[in-house]
Amino acid sequence: MATDTIGNRIVEPSDHGRDQGHDMHAHEHDHHDAGGMKVFGFWVYLMSDLIIFGTLFATYAVLVGGTADGPTPGEIFDLPLIMAGTFFLLFSSFTYGMAVLAMNDNRVGQLKAWLWVTFLLGAGFIGLELYEFQHLIHEGYGPDRSAFLSAFFTLVGTHGLHVFFGMVWMLVMLVQLQTKGLNDMTRPRIMCLSLFWHFLDIVWICVFTFVYLMGAM
Amino acid sequence: MFGKLNWDVIPYHDPIIMVVVAGMAVIIAGLVGWITYSKNWGYLWKEWITSVDHKKLGIMYFLVALVMLIRGFADALMMRSQQAAMAVGSPEGYLPPEHYDQIFTAHGVIMIFFVAMPMVIGLMNLVVPLQIGARDVAYPFLNNLSFWLFAAGVILINVSLFVGEFAKTGWLAYAPLSGIDYSPGVGVDYWIWALQISGIGTTLTGINFFVTILKMRTKGMTLFRMPIFTWTSFCANILIIASFPILTATIALLTLDRYLGTHFFTNDLGGNQMMYVNLIWAWGHPEVYILILPAFGVFSEVIATFAKKRLFGYHTMVWATMAISFLAFIVWLHHFFTMGAGANVNAFFGIATMIIAIPTGVKIFNWLFTMYRGRLEFTSPVLWTLGFIITFTLGGMTGVMLAVPAANFVLHNSLFVIAHFHNVIIGGVVFGMLAGLTFWFPKAFGFKLDEKWGKRSFWCWIVGFFVAFSPLYVLSFYGAVRRMQSYDNPEYHVWMLIAWVGAVIILLGIACTVIQFVVSYRNREQLADVTGDPWDGRTLEWATSSPAPFYNFAHLPEVKSIDAFWEMKQAGEFETSKPPYKDIHMPKYTAAGPIISLFATILGFALVWHIWWLAIASALGVFVSFLARVFNDDIDYYVPAAEVERIENAHHKRLAEANKQHNVRGNVQVGNLGVQS
Repeated sequence: MATDTIGNRIVEPSDHGRDQGHDMHAHEHDHHDAGGMKVFGFWVYLMSDLIIFGTLFATYAVLVGGTADGPTPGEIFDLPLIMAGTFFLLFSSFTYGMAVLAMNDNRVGQLKAWLWVTFLLGAGFIGLELYEFQHLIHEGYGPDRSAFLSAFFTLVGTHGLHVFFGMVWMLVMLVQLQTKGLNDMTRPRIMCLSLFWHFLDIVWICVFTFVYLMGAM
Repeated sequence: MFGKLNWDVIPYHDPIIMVVVAGMAVIIAGLVGWITYSKNWGYLWKEWITSVDHKKLGIMYFLVALVMLIRGFADALMMRSQQAAMAVGSPEGYLPPEHYDQIFTAHGVIMIFFVAMPMVIGLMNLVVPLQIGARDVAYPFLNNLSFWLFAAGVILINVSLFVGEFAKTGWLAYAPLSGIDYSPGVGVDYWIWALQISGIGTTLTGINFFVTILKMRTKGMTLFRMPIFTWTSFCANILIIASFPILTATIALLTLDRYLGTHFFTNDLGGNQMMYVNLIWAWGHPEVYILILPAFGVFSEVIATFAKKRLFGYHTMVWATMAISFLAFIVWLHHFFTMGAGANVNAFFGIATMIIAIPTGVKIFNWLFTMYRGRLEFTSPVLWTLGFIITFTLGGMTGVMLAVPAANFVLHNSLFVIAHFHNVIIGGVVFGMLAGLTFWFPKAFGFKLDEKWGKRSFWCWIVGFFVAFSPLYVLSFYGAVRRMQSYDNPEYHVWMLIAWVGAVIILLGIACTVIQFVVSYRNREQLADVTGDPWDGRTLEWATSSPAPFYNFAHLPEVKSIDAFWEMKQAGEFETSKPPYKDIHMPKYTAAGPIISLFATILGFALVWHIWWLAIASALGVFVSFLARVFNDDIDYYVPAAEVERIENAHHKRLAEANKQHNVRGNVQVGNLGVQS
């Protein structure tokens, strides 16, 4: 028998749903429970990250009129391009969902394959974003041109940076799946990355709506 | 190659700085020499630097905070001396504006971020897991990383003293003054990276303790059975999670303005300076509640313990804490009523601010009613608490005065503001943390602090506080503004001199605390806390030995009510140290936190000085050392039951010896052994 420090007890199993449905005292080595706590902590982290995005959205809303005789939102957005990027990202959320389904069935090969597909879709999104940025800067509409462009590049770029880190994380998980396989350490990480990836999708829908669609109107 | 860095950035020309630096160098060299001589590097590395034990991290937070308190207080004394210098016939004083501006900035930044915050977080670390009956926090490695990221900020701000300069902008670095046009030096960059790196550590702490309190409570400890200190820490951590990301984002935007030429807060090309002020206070106001709520928790524990009564109005205390936490987010604009947002906006924020006085008043009455008809012992923690109730109430009243927008237009930027917030921060946070230090010191070290010197420290602090800050209220009515390097008004003179005397009295208070440590360490045999329960405590941290074993509890206690330990003692049921023992699952110590933070420190330094290759290299260092941690599966182990038994038996033996001595003197048995045998 052993008691546990890392996840010693779930007082209210119903409290936070999902992975903590079981009381750890039923288990001797309850890394599942530690894993559940990781996922819960990651939710909390995502909430704090959301506040960073909230701050950037608020800043964008305040500064969007500060064009300083430079371009306005409607003049520079290339909606078909953005639409393509949006579909890449939305579809990558679907493929990550498939990856998690594969993990739940312990099909490691399929899991890795879906992670690769997700990675490539993410890369496609980043590629389009970099093209857009490069194009704007080339036209003379860089982040130092006006407050509006500063806020635009920072909001969209912060999201892009998150996507990039998500992709790096995916590569790390692919290596860990290769070397360690699916275990109590890697499962919660795949779950956290899943949350991260869907979270970025939701943020992007807000970016797409508030920045691009409302800007183009 | 070295960016903006060269030999000319060291302030050779300033004798004051050079003397301070020489002094610091001597102290550091002495420490390093002593550790090397006594061959303690291995011990430090193995037992402290790489430790994930929440109690050790708490001690380290507090230690750093006390050192930084001395640095921050030296700044305060220099400022008071500068302003007193005009009264003794030196029209320009001894500090040029260039230096004076760095001092008031450093004073504010150090006192809030590197004294008050680590004291609060250190106390949370030491106490919360014990109070909820846990063996560690939810993420022990992250806890260690948080501490070392905080330490990285401390290192950067101290390096700024002698390599380059510190910000001359005031502690919140308002734009556009902090922009590259008006602050072309590296001072603001030091400010940026010290706060950004330590702020990330604080956010991680917030998440860590939020999850710890929600998920790691021992059996039977429902939310409304948690000790009040845990409750207030919980709310403070919610505030951290919700507000520190705003600081992170705001500083990042200022960074982009300074490094990449964006126009968030600049005067030209559409920038908006008021956006900066709004954002920084949207973080900054919750921040003051992050500091004060845990202090409220300390006072609640101290009063209930020493009045020998259950806290009056436990539930109202909890709800008042939550109400304050909520209100904390809808008052930020009262820091700049003069922005010109209009009468209606100002009225909303003025009224919201005044409403905070209601839950705070509820708390004050709860403490008063807890004392009423209690058997109050006038120990030094109780003195700090009584001093707090009086001082903080006065500070709260001047706060309500400032919350009246019309009055605020007159008082804005005057010494009235300075007097007010020192009134609540010294009277609230500092008194609270010193009360907490005295109260929980035995749990950390196994012996109590000397009462005589503790009380002397209290009297110096409270007398010094009123002598130092009451004149500032008076001065504000003469029109004295904050952040004055010099002034030309003879009416100020006498008040400035009185304020200086007050600062010196506070200095004596700090000296008393230092002496208190020395005296207590020397008398640690007489002051020893053998039972683990020196104050006849009420909550679970007193249910284990002092200093608490690294696993906290041999058996996790089961809680049936508020004040769980008190109820156990009344019922004579006490089982946290009873054989048979079981293996205990514990996290392993790790070098990852200090190594990641070392790279983060170098990264910060490289970014301050625009040494891009070093920035890239150290960023890679952060990434690779983090990866190394991620690929390490060997992160936990089991403490064998035999080892637990050995440690618990040693504790029982000490208890038995203490009992024997007491019996000889005809006293009753001490400790919990009586229950067991």
